[in-house]
Amino acid sequence: MIVNRRELLKKAGLAGLSVIGGSALYQLISGDRVLAELKNSPSKSTRWAMIIDMKKCARDPGCADCMDACHRAHNVPTIADPKREIKWIWKENFSHAFPELENEYIREDLKQQKFIVLCNHCDNPPCVRVCPTQATWKREDGIVMMDMHRCIGCRYCMAACPYGSRSFNWMDPRKALAEDQINPDFPTRTKGVVEKCDLCAERVDEGKIPVCVEACKEKALIFGNLSDPSSEVRKVLSGRFTIRRKPELGTRPEVYYLV
Amino acid sequence: MYNKSTVIPGLFLFLAIVSFPLWNNALGGKPRHSPDPKLPTDMKQCVESKEYMRDYHMQLVDRWRDEVVREAKRETISIAGVHYHKSLSGTCMKCHSSKKDFCDQCHDYLGVAPYCWDCHTFPKEKTK
Repeated sequence: MIVNRRELLKKAGLAGLSVIGGSALYQLISGDRVLAELKNSPSKSTRWAMIIDMKKCARDPGCADCMDACHRAHNVPTIADPKREIKWIWKENFSHAFPELENEYIREDLKQQKFIVLCNHCDNPPCVRVCPTQATWKREDGIVMMDMHRCIGCRYCMAACPYGSRSFNWMDPRKALAEDQINPDFPTRTKGVVEKCDLCAERVDEGKIPVCVEACKEKALIFGNLSDPSSEVRKVLSGRFTIRRKPELGTRPEVYYLV
Repeated sequence: MYNKSTVIPGLFLFLAIVSFPLWNNALGGKPRHSPDPKLPTDMKQCVESKEYMRDYHMQLVDRWRDEVVREAKRETISIAGVHYHKSLSGTCMKCHSSKKDFCDQCHDYLGVAPYCWDCHTFPKEKTK
């Protein structure tokens, strides 16, 4: 059989197309696995998570012990300008924290209450996916960590985070910290990096619990290992109904709320 | 050549001025300034030998940084039986308590400006 040039090109093109088309068709049928997976990736021996009991938190609406303790421990400056403020753990209205759950006739106490919000340490963190330098990444134990040494301040992560948990340092944070206020055991940040709650990784690695959990006099914050069936977090989660912030986005947040 | 009488002496004068630092040091014998880092008096031993620390302290600190921040390897290091954290502010600066008298001595001399101190704290300098 004599194959001329034109025939050969036709056949080669057809073969190539069928290979590419086949894989594209397979992807179309199997769907986007990243978005579809709403359950946790199993089998890690440690998966840190937090539960916030808003019933207990409501006992003292003016209390800010958890926030004060966190800000002191991590040298988080207080900047009044909302465009420049640095947030690790803060208070938010129900309608802002859970916009998809809000309705006109919701319980009056929920409408009034200020919710404690922080980085959700997502199991599928969008901030990690967009970071071009891997300055933020998910540790084996689930903590979404920041490496300030690598951050180039591009703020992709801030655009990706649906919870507003990340803040950019528009100015040298030391200017907003009194000198006697600085905790020498924890670095401050510098102008031009993004920061957020790190679930007290430096304490957790030493077997301690996060400072906010420790500081809460009502014991409204519960910290524990989701992979351990006998842990307090697992007991609470299996016993009572909890909500999470914007779970429909597929980020699999690991901060749970008892309301 | 025009203006030979001014151009040639002018060239020599120019070279003399440009090379001033070289011949001034050569004739003066001793450099005007040399770094003089003050070592702590109460501690005899560092993490590594003096020579190693002098040449490679930056690599050591970088390694500690990567181990602690990225790999969560926060196990302590031992010097003469005492355990220390892998920490710039928490360990190095405990002995080398004056940034001005220790770190800055060589860094300033060499014109390097490590940005450790943008975030990491150092002990307050004692005013004399």
